[in-house]
Amino acid sequence: MSETTSGTAAERRYAISLTVNGTVREANVPARRLLSDCLRHELGLTGTHVGCEHGVCGCCTVLLDGEPVRSCLTFAVTVDGREITTVEGLAGPGGELSPVQRAFSECHALQCGFCTPGFLCTVTALLRDNPAPTEDEVLDGISGNLCRCTGYQNIVKAVHRAAELTAEAEGGAA
Amino acid sequence: MKPSPFDYHAPRELGEALEVLFGTAPYGKILAGGQSLIPMLNMRLAAPSHLVDINRVAELDTLSVEPGGVRVGALARHAVVERSPAVAAVQPLLPAALRLVAHPVIRNRGTVVGSLVHADPSAELPAVLAVLGGSVRLARHGAPVREVAAEAFFTGPLESAIEPDELAVSAFFPALPPRAGTAFREVARRHGDYAMAGAAAVVTLDEDLRIASAKVACVSAGPVPVVIDLSEVCARRPAASADWEAVAAAVRDAVDPDEDIHATAHYRRHLAGVLAERALRVAAAEAQRAAAGAVAGGVDGGGDHGVNGAGEGSE
Repeated sequence: MSETTSGTAAERRYAISLTVNGTVREANVPARRLLSDCLRHELGLTGTHVGCEHGVCGCCTVLLDGEPVRSCLTFAVTVDGREITTVEGLAGPGGELSPVQRAFSECHALQCGFCTPGFLCTVTALLRDNPAPTEDEVLDGISGNLCRCTGYQNIVKAVHRAAELTAEAEGGAA
Repeated sequence: MKPSPFDYHAPRELGEALEVLFGTAPYGKILAGGQSLIPMLNMRLAAPSHLVDINRVAELDTLSVEPGGVRVGALARHAVVERSPAVAAVQPLLPAALRLVAHPVIRNRGTVVGSLVHADPSAELPAVLAVLGGSVRLARHGAPVREVAAEAFFTGPLESAIEPDELAVSAFFPALPPRAGTAFREVARRHGDYAMAGAAAVVTLDEDLRIASAKVACVSAGPVPVVIDLSEVCARRPAASADWEAVAAAVRDAVDPDEDIHATAHYRRHLAGVLAERALRVAAAEAQRAAAGAVAGGVDGGGDHGVNGAGEGSE
């Protein structure tokens, strides 16, 4: 991270470098730029949605070095040099949907889709850490993500389905 | 909304962080996990002109089990402390309370010490520190560190004894003594919200399994965590024959909750009594289990669990 300035009264900017979905990306941002805004505005990755911007809704959840975090409660400068995975990075190299994405599609776990990127990132990490969660563990795991359309039933179903799909894929590969 | 502009400082060493904080006081603010501070910045409830980001200060990313308790460094994330088996063995109240702090995703980023310094009287961790009689270690440029006991640390809603040029470098949570048990119970409108009422309880039994000491710290019950010693009300009786109604009444008398859109003061007072009783009963049962385990020959007092470095989250 290095400091840059442009203009006399302009806010100081910082040159940062993030590895986003496997690609090194550079941006020049003021210190107060939220990671969510950096991803959307500087890097053009508009899959990360911004709902409440104070950590309640979970729409902006991304993976920071593999761990789900609120990108609206993180400054881009703080995570200079780290790895970020956004919803754009969940699908396979050929664009095939990840098990979590497939399960959400199959189970109709989205309607308007605004909350979906946050759910997908949260659930991807949840199932990586706990490949066969119980009902309570699923509810606890997604408790920080709000959906205003589905009533959650199909989202919960999709999490279990994604666990099945992952297990099948791994069983098939073995 | 977006934060207002600030001068950003990203020290790599503690000494440097303290120097910057000293030089900018009282206009500087420490950024650790940011899960309370950044919402306040986004909503412009806070607009410090200097932000000292300590996320690169590796020496603050520590979690160690010391003789007598657990010391949590300023950068130890909630999730790391919550998942540490060594911490759970020495002080089970800490992981029990951490599971109630916001949501798992918030806990990946938020820090234990940050929650203490934020000093929200509705939050779980200040109550845990208060009921255990823990302390917070404060460092200042050019001065020796000072250790502030929980009872002196929390001074009002969102206010603590920390001075503008001080940095909370760690917090100490005392270990559970033998024949003791703990529990945390709360009621919140939604999972992960700040609780309308809640209680952290610690019960210690004597050798005849009578209640030797019983203490709770209530959340959302006053300007700071409200610590209530109920040992006398329990009158050194076994848990099965203690006068729990008298215990709940004593808690109701001791708390002074505010009323807001979520609950009346009367309802919060009622909840405090109910939740304190439930937490104390569970803590007493845990204490009995601990005592039975010790009698059965298991050495279950915490001793040799080694040091568990908080590797996760370090950069």
